[in-house]
Amino acid sequence: MNAIILSALWGVLMMYTGFATKNTRTVTAVAVLGMLAVFVVNWMEYIGITFFDIDTKGMLVYNGFGLIFNAVVIFSTLLYFLLSGRDIEKAGRTPSDLYALLFFILSGISIIAGFKSLLMLFIGIEIISIPLYVLAGSDKSNLKSNEAALKYFLMGSFSTGIMLMGIAFLYGDAGTFYLEGVNAGVGALTPMKAIGMVLLLASMSFKVSAAPFHFWTPDVYDGTPTVFTSFMATIVKAAGFFAFLKLFETAFGKFQTDWQVLMAVIATLTLVIGNITAVFQQSVKRMLSYSSIAQAGFMMLGVFAMNIFAKQGMILYFAAYSVATIGIFAVLSKFKDHSIDAFNGFAKKHPLVAFSMLICILSLAGIPLTAGFFAKYFMLLAVLKDADFIWLAIVAILSAAVSVYYYFRVIQAMYFKEPTNEEALEFSPSFRFVLLGAAIIILVLGIHPDFLTGLL
Amino acid sequence: MFAAFDNFPALLIWLPLAGGLLSFFIKSEKAARATAIVFSLLTMGVMMTSLFYTAMEYTALSQVSYVWLPNIGSSFGLILDGLTRVLCLLTALVFPMVFLLVPGNRYPNANRFYGLMLLTQCGLMGVFMATDALVFYLFWELALIPVYFLASIWGGGKRIKATFKFFIYTFVGSLFLLIGILYMYLKTSNGSFSLMAFYNVQLSAVEQYWMFLLFFIAFAIKMPLFPLHTWQPEAYEQAPTPVTMVLSAVMVKMGLFGLLRWLLPLFPVAVKHFNTAIIIVIVAGMVYASLVAIYQDNIKKLIAYSSIAHIGLMAAGAFTLKHVALNGAVLQMFSHGINILALWIVADLVEKQTGITSISKLGGIAKKAPVLTIFLVIAAFANIALPLTNAFVGEFMIFNGLYQFKPWIAAFAGLSIILSAAYTLNMIKHVFYGEVATAVTGFADINKMQAMVLTVITGLILFVGVYPDPFFKMMYETVGLIVNRYVTI
Repeated sequence: MNAIILSALWGVLMMYTGFATKNTRTVTAVAVLGMLAVFVVNWMEYIGITFFDIDTKGMLVYNGFGLIFNAVVIFSTLLYFLLSGRDIEKAGRTPSDLYALLFFILSGISIIAGFKSLLMLFIGIEIISIPLYVLAGSDKSNLKSNEAALKYFLMGSFSTGIMLMGIAFLYGDAGTFYLEGVNAGVGALTPMKAIGMVLLLASMSFKVSAAPFHFWTPDVYDGTPTVFTSFMATIVKAAGFFAFLKLFETAFGKFQTDWQVLMAVIATLTLVIGNITAVFQQSVKRMLSYSSIAQAGFMMLGVFAMNIFAKQGMILYFAAYSVATIGIFAVLSKFKDHSIDAFNGFAKKHPLVAFSMLICILSLAGIPLTAGFFAKYFMLLAVLKDADFIWLAIVAILSAAVSVYYYFRVIQAMYFKEPTNEEALEFSPSFRFVLLGAAIIILVLGIHPDFLTGLL
Repeated sequence: MFAAFDNFPALLIWLPLAGGLLSFFIKSEKAARATAIVFSLLTMGVMMTSLFYTAMEYTALSQVSYVWLPNIGSSFGLILDGLTRVLCLLTALVFPMVFLLVPGNRYPNANRFYGLMLLTQCGLMGVFMATDALVFYLFWELALIPVYFLASIWGGGKRIKATFKFFIYTFVGSLFLLIGILYMYLKTSNGSFSLMAFYNVQLSAVEQYWMFLLFFIAFAIKMPLFPLHTWQPEAYEQAPTPVTMVLSAVMVKMGLFGLLRWLLPLFPVAVKHFNTAIIIVIVAGMVYASLVAIYQDNIKKLIAYSSIAHIGLMAAGAFTLKHVALNGAVLQMFSHGINILALWIVADLVEKQTGITSISKLGGIAKKAPVLTIFLVIAAFANIALPLTNAFVGEFMIFNGLYQFKPWIAAFAGLSIILSAAYTLNMIKHVFYGEVATAVTGFADINKMQAMVLTVITGLILFVGVYPDPFFKMMYETVGLIVNRYVTI
């Protein structure tokens, strides 16, 4: 609750900073400060200090899992501000407005972290989505950016429509919006409930870009200014998965055997399509778009299994994936040329940045001693716990092996090839420092994941 | 806390790790090389000292277990038992020799080169000593990643492709291993990754078959066994020689070690079910690799294929489940590591001095470098497993076991010994004797450092060939434990 209100208020404050100062560095500083404050108040709520006593009639209830998730997301956003602040400043004419939108998104995510009612789910998802449509089109003079915004808006509103329809069906069946209410009652899955469930499954799959609802992703990610692609592919996706997990656990937990096969199919498709398509990409940005679909497939395994390992794995996956992807995108957005060849010999020119990026890539590929390994480890463990679905784990590791192929092309370019890119790149000391910090976080979580999973 | 460092397994891990990390921060190439040599010699010293303590008397010194991830059920556990000692000794011996042989200015960014090499050593030691499946897996990968970078940065012209093939093969194998480990973990009664907990898991026959396949693929790729060997000749040829030495002398033993420590004890029913078929495939692969070796004109590829045949024999010996063959295989793991190191040293000298690796273009080196030739001939005899060399003892015992298992398989496997004599002697004849080829007219004999290393190797070859008893004393009991798992079924 603390985080919702503070981030909403700080978003309004951000809009006024645009009037108060023309200095974009100051605006970024205010935003970083705000995000720190949001992180602190969220943490205070975790240890039991709440500032606002609002009666939500049980529609918003925060537990440890939700607050830890929120902490991970806020922390990732903070990292994102620190690494990509300069690029946000350059993205539009008034960075203060863009920061305000990002704060509003975070407010929506905080609603998602605690929703107990389908209404809150809907409101949270919409508060996240609407600012995103604006951010996708923030590069007004660029046709691709406009196209991305329009595409995202059309597809997004379509899926929201489906979600509302699903909610309506569930309400018709159960007579309540509360998740527990949907789950309550006699054990059987009535047709009405089944239709509602499938509609929600489809719309949530759309939000997290799981196949076969992923078609919007590469175009939108590619057209959106790189700095916001980074945000969409990580923090927003994590929120989508959290909502997905929580919705299906609380509202449809009783029918797990009914939807599990469907979920397994979606996960398989997502893994296979995402990975295979990523192999053929020549642009690092598009490769990352497809890889984000592939990573979504792994996260789907958590939604699929929904046991204690899945929850630990989800939190770790959010952290590992978000930090690594934000790091790579932050470096990528300094490049004009997004092709893999642009990275040739990068390690010779910028050893420290290349090393940090190396750790991020290894983490995405799930190499041991990085956080990404334990994230995948927990997901596999979650799947294997249910002995009927060993094949799903095998599909997952085979696709992880494919993912190594395209991730390592970037490593090969950075470390083993001679420089061909004449572009002069500059990385400020603070940027290098923060990026190295991100790499260290990945390594620490890779050696001792208990720091994060132990909190649950 | 400090007492935790006061034992052998811990030191064998931390010394190379500390040396490796330190090397990265040393700018001077000479100092980096010196650091690597000092740390690898220290590791060797620790290993040697540990041999004077038996596990019985000094349990506390040869075992260690740190709390690592209690919630997950994994602890950082290491042990030095009979089997492990042989392999750790090999690792501890090979690295200083490799470092001493590398000339000071051969590789640009030497500090990273030595750092990665020491990290590899740390990974290898960890693989051999781990008593916890998750730790085993982490070290298994930790040994792979530095080698990937070493070979890709400092290797030959086609290095990126060849090394990546090697990496993908091994990585896919290890992912299968991971699935197997996780499945076993979920089957343990108390949610633990420890080897002991794994030993106590009761699996149905079908489950054992599946688990066997998952583990076996990982190990077979690493060894490599026919038909999963295709990464190996290219990788050996393209990697820089020090890396090739480590790969062929020590790293392929990871797969064999995996068989002995994990596969054979964990899935006895499945092993009994599959072993005849597997031995037949392995033996066929040995003969195939030997035949390919005969037709190789490239020295490096010849050694690579010869290695496939030798490794195959050890794996076949292990699968016979006969006590004598298992002992022979473990001894042969050590001997093969030493012998192939000598062969690579010679091949590297020839390549560096003449720039040629083609057998048909060389000749008459013996006239120019008599000392080198003596060392080579001894190593070559060991490669053929002539009596009085170390390989004779091990291969003889493996054949003994194979004969007990199925005489006709032993007879067929014997072909590979004959073939190995053919290609090894043929290589010596063409490269070292005969007319002096134009390329070798300026060939210089070996320097003091090379002579010293080769003397140590030759000493080991003859010592183990004449008096292998200390090794058997070391490993006998541990190997017995593996065989005992099969008594009851």
